[in-house]
Amino acid sequence: MRAAFKKVWNRGDGFIWLAGAGLSLSLIMTAALLLAIFFNAAQFFWPGETVKLFVEDGRAILGEITGREDIPNPDNPEAPLKYRVQVKQGNRDIHGTDFLWVEESSIKATQLPQDAVVVERREWGNFYGFIKEVRDQGNVLAQGAEKGMKILEELIPVSNDNINAIQKIARKNIGAVNFYMEKNRLELKKLKLEGIDNGKAVEKLRMENDELQNEYKTFEAQLAELRKSQTAEAVFTTINGVEKVIPLSQIIRIYSPNNFGWFDKINFFLVKGWEFISDEPREANTEGGVFPAIFGTVLMVMIMSLMATPLGVLAAFYLREYARQGAMVSAVRIAVNNLAGVPSIVFGVFGVGFFIYFIGGSIDSFFFSEALPTPTYGTGGILWASLTMALLTVPVVIVSTEEGLASVSGGIREASFAVGATKFETTWRVVLPAVMPSILTGLILAMARAAGEVAPLMITGVVKLAPTLPIDGIWPFLHLERKFMHLGFHIYDVGFQSPNVDAARPMVFTTTLLLIGIVLLLNFTAVILRNRLRKKLAVSGV
Amino acid sequence: MAIIKLRSGNQDMENYKVEKKVENRVPSNEMAHLKLKGLGNPMVEIENLNFFYGEKKALNNINMIIPKHQVTAFIGPSGCGKSTLLRCLNRMNDLVESARMEGAIRIGGRDLHQESENVSVLRKRVGMVFQKFNPFPKTIFENVAYGPKIHGLKNKAKLEEIVENSLKSVALWDEVKDRLNESALALSGGQQQRLCIARAIAVEPEVLLMDEPCSALDPLSTGKIEELVVGLKENYTIVIVTHNMQQAARIADFTGFMLLGDLVEFGPTDRMFTKPNKKETEDYITGRFG
Ligand SMILES: Nc1ncnc2c1ncn2[C@@H]1O[C@H](COP(=O)(O)OP(=O)(O)O)[C@@H](O)[C@H]1O
Ligand SMILES: [Mg+2]
Repeated sequence: MRAAFKKVWNRGDGFIWLAGAGLSLSLIMTAALLLAIFFNAAQFFWPGETVKLFVEDGRAILGEITGREDIPNPDNPEAPLKYRVQVKQGNRDIHGTDFLWVEESSIKATQLPQDAVVVERREWGNFYGFIKEVRDQGNVLAQGAEKGMKILEELIPVSNDNINAIQKIARKNIGAVNFYMEKNRLELKKLKLEGIDNGKAVEKLRMENDELQNEYKTFEAQLAELRKSQTAEAVFTTINGVEKVIPLSQIIRIYSPNNFGWFDKINFFLVKGWEFISDEPREANTEGGVFPAIFGTVLMVMIMSLMATPLGVLAAFYLREYARQGAMVSAVRIAVNNLAGVPSIVFGVFGVGFFIYFIGGSIDSFFFSEALPTPTYGTGGILWASLTMALLTVPVVIVSTEEGLASVSGGIREASFAVGATKFETTWRVVLPAVMPSILTGLILAMARAAGEVAPLMITGVVKLAPTLPIDGIWPFLHLERKFMHLGFHIYDVGFQSPNVDAARPMVFTTTLLLIGIVLLLNFTAVILRNRLRKKLAVSGV
Repeated sequence: MAIIKLRSGNQDMENYKVEKKVENRVPSNEMAHLKLKGLGNPMVEIENLNFFYGEKKALNNINMIIPKHQVTAFIGPSGCGKSTLLRCLNRMNDLVESARMEGAIRIGGRDLHQESENVSVLRKRVGMVFQKFNPFPKTIFENVAYGPKIHGLKNKAKLEEIVENSLKSVALWDEVKDRLNESALALSGGQQQRLCIARAIAVEPEVLLMDEPCSALDPLSTGKIEELVVGLKENYTIVIVTHNMQQAARIADFTGFMLLGDLVEFGPTDRMFTKPNKKETEDYITGRFG
């Protein structure tokens, strides 16, 4: 028996099967994971039908069915399975929760009312109900579902433009004024710290401050004007006949999914998807988009790459090309390899201690002492987070650059020396270009790692909601001291820290999908770049 | 392999040296012959050269003169020090950490190891082609233009001219003129080696060292390179290492036979192959060992 087994094993077939099975299993697992994320995420944007449920106890429920699960019955495992469905009924301001579970067997009948509408609101989540009338300062503009819908479709884009204008002023203009006022205040304080209480400089700053105050007032007035111009409101009724008045300025969009054809559905899907990518989050991140998180992730990865690549490449060149190979270099090499395996939170703690407290603190006390005790650089920010990530990923760059250097043939180095090039010229003009694909490989791995990390970022500058992006129109445009948002952290925050878990859950999938997409995109760009280089160098030629 | 105890140096060279130094000595027949042909013009002079890799002696008291605008070949069994000797001439051995040299080498009258000698300038004067063709992973153009650029040439037109001329000298121009901006690594082996020669001569060296340039090539490409070498001697002094005696016989004007770090015999190729002075040379040439 054993002999027979040994014979088969030695033939190698068994091993091939085993290896093949291992590979298939990993592939299937990866594919299944991606598919699960993809389908869950795609559903989020797909307009579901608004159903009306008649329940045994006499209730009527209007909403969207978002899930179904069996009810565990441990006492009687033989009994036929029972199910319950999850209904998103919206109207959080009325019911207190968005979601509700209904036992499937208790549903007597379902309907798809043609006149049911879904109202996406800026606050309180979706409203499900029926249009009663649209009015403006007491004048009724339209009544009933059909006419009401028609006029709302005209009015809502106008009101949205208005809201955008308001937000633009509030964010951009007033934001800038606030920024300069703060600067002004700090300059005044600085002068005061230096013992200057009056005089020309102080006068000038005071004057500037007055001007800023005036500007602020003008913008405030503009805002008030814009706000006042929005007076229209819509009156809805819920399924239970409760009336609900919603000002137009609260409405983002209104639609009746039961009337959607395929084209409408796809259109809705695309619009929602785009909104998710390009908008800012609303309502504690459970609604709206994730643009600031995308922006923060990409910017952080880019700053990280700018730091980690040169550092890693230089280190690898020193190790492989200049250092005397021996026990010392081997030890360093082993240390670098091990560094790649150090838990990332350790890097985070180091980042906090070294970058934020030590370096940031020193910068603050030297250059921003007037703002103290409020820290400027002595607190988490995108610069420190990127630097921490650079430390975390630099071993990856070193290792792959070193591997590249080892595979650059000695022949081309000799050839370069033989025409009279110095060591530096050889390194710079022959070895570096030849090793470029390997450097890019390292960069790809580093980017993937940095984009996916969460733990060290949480303590070095990522926040759940950043009021401003790290890049804006105010000089010096790139504000490295600012806190930022990050997709990985966003997933954690939305999925597991949200007060409204059911509403947020789909966002977890979409954000995850987005994060995967961004990592893929970054990698893809680098891979294309690398292939181009490879082709140019024809490293795989002959 | 039979172990043969050898006396260092060789008669022709010693005679020649003596003749050079002490005018009243009668030169040997061969050197007189050289003089008659007007070829006795020395390009490289090697004096009492000893070379060590750490403790190991790789070259043992070498004395020789390599004449200008001639092809000189070093033959001998592998490991006898041919490459080491060749690499002394452009100080490539400097790159080997444990290496140490004694004696003197002069090229065009200049001592290689004198204080003022700049290795970069020396290597510009003494180009080298290697056994394994080693084009840079760059375009064909960049490969040839590399040397001139290193030595400070920036003018694009001038670079183009140099590239064209160098490629023409190695008979590669017609084959690659339409693909100068393609990678050199896409060329065939023979083409790559000719490109390497073009790269070496682009800096207009006086001496061209070739270390078994054909050993990795097929017979057809070998033929082309040999043809090239013979043509190139008009402008360059060529020193070529080969373990292929027929090749030496075909292309070299002078041949040196080396064995275990000694230069056993050195003289005009015809004479070396027809009337070797030394038993060891004869044994090697007739294929009795090696
Ligand atoms: N870099 C080196 N370090 C130590 N020994 C070397 C080195 N290069 C060559 N040698 C030794 O020097 C001797 C001559 O080598 P080489 O000049 O390459 O011979 P050839 O070219 O005639 O085959 C050989 O014994 C070889 O092992
Ligand atoms: Mg050799």
